[in-house]
Amino acid sequence: MDSLFESLIEIIRRTSAEIPDDVQRAILASLENEKQDTIAKSAMEIIERNIALAKEKSQPLCQDTGSVLFYVDCPVGYDQIEFADVARGAVTEATKRGFLRQNSVDSLTGKNDGTNIGPGTPAFHFHQTRKTNVIVRLVLKGGGCENVGAQYSLPNTKLNANRDLDGCRKVILDAVQQAQGKGCGPGILGVCIGGDRATGYELSKTQFLRTLDDENDNAELAELENDIHATANKLGIGPMGFGGNTTLLGVKIRAANRVPASYFVSVSYMCWAFRRHGATLNEAGEITEWLY
Amino acid sequence: MKREKSRSGFIEMTELTTPISEGQIRTLKVGDSVAISGVVYTGRDAVHKYLHEGGELPAGVSLEGGIIYHCGPVVVKDDAGDWQVTAAGPTTSIREEPYQAGIMKKFGVRGVIGKGGMGPKTLAGCAENGSVYLHAIGGAAQVLAEHITQVRNVYFMEEFGSPEAIWELEVDQFPAVVTMDSHCKSLHAEVAEASQAVLEENL
Repeated sequence: MDSLFESLIEIIRRTSAEIPDDVQRAILASLENEKQDTIAKSAMEIIERNIALAKEKSQPLCQDTGSVLFYVDCPVGYDQIEFADVARGAVTEATKRGFLRQNSVDSLTGKNDGTNIGPGTPAFHFHQTRKTNVIVRLVLKGGGCENVGAQYSLPNTKLNANRDLDGCRKVILDAVQQAQGKGCGPGILGVCIGGDRATGYELSKTQFLRTLDDENDNAELAELENDIHATANKLGIGPMGFGGNTTLLGVKIRAANRVPASYFVSVSYMCWAFRRHGATLNEAGEITEWLY
Repeated sequence: MKREKSRSGFIEMTELTTPISEGQIRTLKVGDSVAISGVVYTGRDAVHKYLHEGGELPAGVSLEGGIIYHCGPVVVKDDAGDWQVTAAGPTTSIREEPYQAGIMKKFGVRGVIGKGGMGPKTLAGCAENGSVYLHAIGGAAQVLAEHITQVRNVYFMEEFGSPEAIWELEVDQFPAVVTMDSHCKSLHAEVAEASQAVLEENL
């Protein structure tokens, strides 16, 4: 694992500074879609400029470099403990180099020791696979968009939402309405229908590993994704909540089984500064291929 | 007033230079683009709670006619030992809703820069004090950092940590939009009401 340390720093740097191609395409499309001489249009122009500038300067797209979430697919027998140790070191080094903000705060004392290391941070999600290589995906999720995430328990009387896909549609759109511009829209939704309170949110976040232009394998969910995307863009919330045509850049939904008594819909909101990259590593820990 | 060229044409920007007079603030309306120059102080959750609970501003900090920026920047020391801001977009403002109006009044704050807008208490405070809410583009940390020309000082670094500290920043033509003015008008309230109506038609 000699090269793992430097590879992880490079993954962190790239994730912090460079927006993935699929997101960039969606942002450019929405820029074209806003009316001339509106504050929505000028907001999207600043966003476009920001994307170019961050890449050129190799500096964070957004100063809130967010929760550091690692998703690691690894072969049977891979030393996950060592990976996590090396990754924690890489996170601290990436913080020193300014790719990450000093972003990990002790919840009881309020102290921020500047390392980005502490109980629960960074977060690791390991998955064993039968493949021989290691795939590391990284999501940096800012706090502003995390704060507008929402979890609904159906039925919901106030929203007249029952335990069916129409009920899911109602609560997901409510989450968009409640978020307005506070999550730095135009945003992207990751949704999980089902699961428990913990797995529901966790699985909603894994939807951010999908590319915006992919198609859901499940036809009903694909239709729901398209419907919510189109309906949300009719609401006129627009970039930053300034009013405008693009409220969402994408919607990704999955389902998970639930216990009969529970029916949760968990909605995670991702800001336009959608930071997600990933790479395949060889046995020496060197990057052999970028994923996004 | 200055005209800034953008890809889609020209944007009229009102120039604001700190310290700002109440008279100038009263001329601003929701939807106006502004370019801010002078000094701004960052302050977010920890600072607002501290001031709300009666804490004093550190010596050297004056908010009279000034601007608070809801921001936790990425700041690194360069080889010469000077602070350099490398990323500095706004943070979500609504968390300061319980405190903002009181702090505006007590310290003579004329403007608050943030994102996402604030609520009725702050809007009433803006009308009473002659203050405005200025929306910067959330996430645009690089574009906005380019308008920060110097870090003049930092306060409460030890107590609150870097993102929550008060950073005294010199800014030049920092771009923002007035989304809550001193005449009780809020773009955020208008958009939320309109979008709720459309949502109900589409359920």
